[in-house]
Amino acid sequence: MLVLAASGGKYVAAAYAVFLALILVYVAIMATKLARIERELDDLSREDR
Amino acid sequence: MYGRGLRALSIATAVVLTGAAVMVFFYAPKEADQGIIQKIFYVHVPLAIVALCGFVAGGLLAIKQLRTGETKWDMRSYVAIHLSLVFAVGALITGSIWAKASWGHWWVWDEPVLVSFLIVFLLYCCYQPLRFSIEDPEKQARYASVFAIAAGAFVPINFMAVRLATAHIHPRVLSKTTDGSLPTEMLITFLVSLLGVALLFATLWKVELTAKNASMKLKRLRRRLEAAEHAAPSGPPSPEPVGAP
Amino acid sequence: MTFAAARAILRKDLAIELRTRQSVPAMALFSVTVFVLFHFGLDRNEIEGSLASGVLWVTLLLATVLAVTRLFAAEREDAALDGILLAPVDRTAVYLAKAAALFLYLVLLEIVALPAFAVLLLGPDLTDALPELLAVLVLADIGLAGVGALVAGLASETRLRELIVPLLLLPLLVPVLIASAKATKPLLMQVSATTDLGKWLGFMALYDMVFVLLAVAVFDYLLED
Repeated sequence: MLVLAASGGKYVAAAYAVFLALILVYVAIMATKLARIERELDDLSREDR
Repeated sequence: MYGRGLRALSIATAVVLTGAAVMVFFYAPKEADQGIIQKIFYVHVPLAIVALCGFVAGGLLAIKQLRTGETKWDMRSYVAIHLSLVFAVGALITGSIWAKASWGHWWVWDEPVLVSFLIVFLLYCCYQPLRFSIEDPEKQARYASVFAIAAGAFVPINFMAVRLATAHIHPRVLSKTTDGSLPTEMLITFLVSLLGVALLFATLWKVELTAKNASMKLKRLRRRLEAAEHAAPSGPPSPEPVGAP
Repeated sequence: MTFAAARAILRKDLAIELRTRQSVPAMALFSVTVFVLFHFGLDRNEIEGSLASGVLWVTLLLATVLAVTRLFAAEREDAALDGILLAPVDRTAVYLAKAAALFLYLVLLEIVALPAFAVLLLGPDLTDALPELLAVLVLADIGLAGVGALVAGLASETRLRELIVPLLLLPLLVPVLIASAKATKPLLMQVSATTDLGKWLGFMALYDMVFVLLAVAVFDYLLED
C-alpha cells in the first residue's frame, strides 16, 4: 500500500517529478513549433489570395 | 504522413504510463532493503534502456540514410538521437537521485549503468555541434550518419567495458520483498513501465517528425509560391525556377 | 588496388612527416611536458600501480588527440585532398593510410615517452613486465589509430575542427583507456599482482576489430565530393 517513508519519499517524488518535467518541457517546445507552423501557414494563405 | 496513427499511439502511451504509475505505487511490493527508494528504479531503468535503444536505432536509421541517400532517414535518425539524448539526461538525473537516496552521494562510480551513460552522454553531446557546423546540407546528412553509426556501435561496447571494469556492483533491484516472496509483481510492474516509456519515446518521435515534416513542406510551398509570383507576366522577364517540383 | 593506393598515400605521409617533423616531435614533447605537470600536480616523485597506469595512458590519449587534429592537415592546407579524390582511389585507401600513419606515429612516440616515463615518474622497474606491456601497447595503438583516423575524417569538414576532435575522440577512446589502464596496472607495481591481462587484451582486440571494420565500411561516405 502507499506508505511514504519520511526521508525516502521525497527522493522518489523528485525522480518522478524530473520525469514529468522533461515530458512537459518537450510538449511546450513542440507546442511552440506548432504555433509557428500555423502562423506561417496563415501568412502563406494570405499571400496566395 | 507522420501524423497517421499518432492519436492511437499517444492514447496508448497515456494509458500504459498511467497504468504503470498506478502499479508502481499500489501494486508492486516494497523492497526489503531499500524500501520506497527502490521505486525510483521503475522510472530510471526504463529511461536508460529506451535511451540506449534509441541511440542504437539512430545508428541503424543512419545506415539506411547512407544506403539510400533519402533525407527522410536522416530526419528520423536525427530525431531518434535527439530524443535519446533527452531521455539519457533523464536517466542520469534520476540515477543520481537514486544514488543520493540509497548511498548518500550524488554520484557513484560503482554503478556501471550510470557511468556508461555519462560517457555516452558526453559523446552524443557532440552530435548537434558537429552536424550544424557543416554547411552543405547533403554533406551534413552524410557526416551525421557516419557519426550516428560509429556512436551507435560504441554504446554496447562502452557498456561492456565499464561493466568489466567495475569492481563490485551494488546489489541490483530485483532482490527480495518485505515478506520474502518472489518479485513477480515487481517484474510485471517493471515491464509495464518499460513499455510505457518506450511508447512515450515512439510518440514523441512521431510528434517531432510530424512537426519537422510539416515545417519542411511549408518552406517548400512558400518557395514555390514566391517563384510563381516572380514568373507573373507583369514584371520584367525572370529566369525559370530551377527544378520546379 | 586499395592496398597499393593506401601504401602510396602512406609513403607520401611519412615522407612529409620526415621532412617537416611536425607530429611526432610535438607528441613526444607534449608527453614529457605532461609528465612534468603530473609531477607537480600530484606532488609525487614516484608513482606506481594504478596511479602510474592512469598517468601514462591519459598522457598517451591526449597526445593522440594532438596527432589526430593534424592528420589531414597536409591535405587541407594544400587542397591536396581534391587531388587524391580525383584519382580513382577508394576512400578506404585514404583511411587505411592515415590509420597506419597514426599507428606509426604512436609507436615512435612510445619509444620516447615510455623511457621518459620510466625515468621521470615510474617507481618500479619497467623491464620485467616489458613483453606484456608491449602487447598492451600494440593493441591499444591499433584502437587509437583506427578510431583516431575515423574521427579525423569526421571532423575534416567542420569549421570547429580543433574543438570537435577532442570532444569526439576522447569519449570514443574510453574503452581503450579502461582496458589499457586495467591491464597495465599490475605491470607497474613493485610487488607483482595477479593480472587479468587475457581478459583486457581480448576486449581490446574486440574493440579494435569492431571499429576498424566499421571505419573501413563507412569511410567511403566521408570526404566525398
